[in-house]
Amino acid sequence: MRVVRTFTLKNALGLHARVAVMMVNTAKQFSADIYFERNGIVVNGRSILGILTLACPKGGTITITAEGEDAAGAMEAFEKLIESRFGED
Amino acid sequence: MAAQGLKKTIVLKGIGVSPGVACGKAFPIDHRPITIPYIEISDRDFLEKEVARFIRALDSSTAELEAIKNKLDAEEGIGPLIIEAHVMILRDTGFIRSTIETIRKRGINAEWALELTLSRYRDVFGRMEDVYLKDRIRDVEDVVHRVLRHLLGAGGEAISDIKEEAIIVAHDLSPAETVQMKGKNILAFATDVGGKTSHTAIVARSLSIPAVVGLENITKKVRKEDKLIVDGTSGVVIVNPDQETVRRYEDKKRHYRILEEDFIKGAGLPAVTKDGRGIGVGANIEFVEEIPSAIYHGANGVGLFRTEFFYVNREQSPTEEEHYEHYRIVVENKDIKWATFRTFDLGGDKFISDPRLAEEMNPAMGLRAVRYCLREPDIFEVQLRGILRASAHGNTGIMIPMISGLEEILEVKKIIEKVKDDLRARRIPFNEGIKLGIMVEVPSAAMVADALAREVDFFSIGTNDLIQYSLAIDRVNEHVGYLYRPCHPAVLRLIRYVVEAGHRAGIKVAMCGEMAGDPFCTMLLLGLELDGLSMTPLAIPLVKRIIREATMEEAKKLVNHVMGFDRTDQIEEYIKDYMRRRFPDYCAVADVE
Repeated sequence: MRVVRTFTLKNALGLHARVAVMMVNTAKQFSADIYFERNGIVVNGRSILGILTLACPKGGTITITAEGEDAAGAMEAFEKLIESRFGED
Repeated sequence: MAAQGLKKTIVLKGIGVSPGVACGKAFPIDHRPITIPYIEISDRDFLEKEVARFIRALDSSTAELEAIKNKLDAEEGIGPLIIEAHVMILRDTGFIRSTIETIRKRGINAEWALELTLSRYRDVFGRMEDVYLKDRIRDVEDVVHRVLRHLLGAGGEAISDIKEEAIIVAHDLSPAETVQMKGKNILAFATDVGGKTSHTAIVARSLSIPAVVGLENITKKVRKEDKLIVDGTSGVVIVNPDQETVRRYEDKKRHYRILEEDFIKGAGLPAVTKDGRGIGVGANIEFVEEIPSAIYHGANGVGLFRTEFFYVNREQSPTEEEHYEHYRIVVENKDIKWATFRTFDLGGDKFISDPRLAEEMNPAMGLRAVRYCLREPDIFEVQLRGILRASAHGNTGIMIPMISGLEEILEVKKIIEKVKDDLRARRIPFNEGIKLGIMVEVPSAAMVADALAREVDFFSIGTNDLIQYSLAIDRVNEHVGYLYRPCHPAVLRLIRYVVEAGHRAGIKVAMCGEMAGDPFCTMLLLGLELDGLSMTPLAIPLVKRIIREATMEEAKKLVNHVMGFDRTDQIEEYIKDYMRRRFPDYCAVADVE
């Protein structure tokens, strides 16, 4: 199964280090292959440096692709994480 | 040590980024770059050995970081997260693969390959526009240095090698290094570079280590074992202080320690006098990261949220979204009952380089704060929109600095109405009842407080500038600094007049200058009938304690008495004596000077 979705980051600082750590930890919970894409650059969702080099600022968009048996579950987890603004309250 | 008395005392001024005082011996950390050997290797077997050596170094680096992380895991804050990020970088497949491929393809040693990997990341991060994200190359560098140390057999951490109590002196410190400072051996740190918003400063605050950064060349002026005093509150570092200075600062240190242990316990209790007058005690803060500390020290709200940091050291003005997001985080916090945002108090010289503004001779009295905002309403409106939008999420106030007369506040109100109309038209929510107040810090504003009080919802007396302007004292000028006296009768009369004018108009009058957090002035300020006091979080527990044990009756009696004096020194002496007798336990710790 392959799931693709685009998200807008609404938290205060964009895709910074703390957020990247949470993204990697989320990706690790699933067996699906996970990729992040921004401005034509695709990186592995389990690579913190890859995610950071996307340089996604606040209000920027990223497209997440999950491919594998638990792809839907993985996408759901990312959605929750992003919609919660990574708990930045 | 016999030579002690001969060593020259030097006072260095930097930026205090994490409050507290430490006295101890300097431990300079040498950040000389590691020399990286370059070795060409043609034998395939040897190249595979290089790869294996690289992987071993990754493993031992990971183990080292995991050990640090385990020590930190029980803790709150950003520390454990930085270490977790570093572990992730060490395990990053792109990072590992790139280095291994470079070893194999270029036929070179692991150290050089690693350096090439780092320079590739330097290129990528260097092209980023976001300053914060760009700065994350520091984390990659930090990880690479750790692996290099393991590859070169340089062993453990400089910081963990420290056995005795020490004050860290360095050109700069990486976040991972500051995280490891948690522990009884590290007293403070002092660095050449850095600013209030640097990652390191934020980490230092969350770990409660006193820190002064931006000292420019402390690494050149301090040698190992030199005696140092680091005052993270005032941003001063004293190298080889004399006995008298050490004694004074030891007292100050004791003051902080006792605060921590004792006063903290009652910090959460309400600030109500014995005869039932409640005082709104707020915190003066600048960063959302300071909120936990403000709450911990007993703040009920944020009496002064400084917003200058949005503007300094950047090329573009901050966006409405940036303002909004930060303010929203503050007002949404359920432990923060109210938050007052002061619109930026800067001149054009301080931010977005504006060639139209010539360098000013006397910036304190120049084109700054509300004066600049009225000159550049576009920039002002962006911030006002951010504050107004945040008001939809919690109890919010707007505070305008440097108001000198009625015309300015009327003009500001016009602009605010325009912004509100615009928000209404766009159906963007905000609190229609948002409170508007002014800083009373220019003597002319204090003298027309009766007229101003009819136009606003609250006053906040900014004593730092009010004293400086009314006494004509540049308080950073060492030759006249001695004349800067909060208890000057003229200052007290101005405060009393402003409070009375405010109360006659039915508005609240608070104070947010340093005087508000000075425990020696607490009784005086109670007696002057201020409704609120906002101060640096560390000062809150003691001030609240005094309020809880005082009565308005005795406070007013004190004010009536000192208002009869004509001389500042008489007033100061009387208050000091009074406070020492009235609160002997607290004053012993607060009496520093």
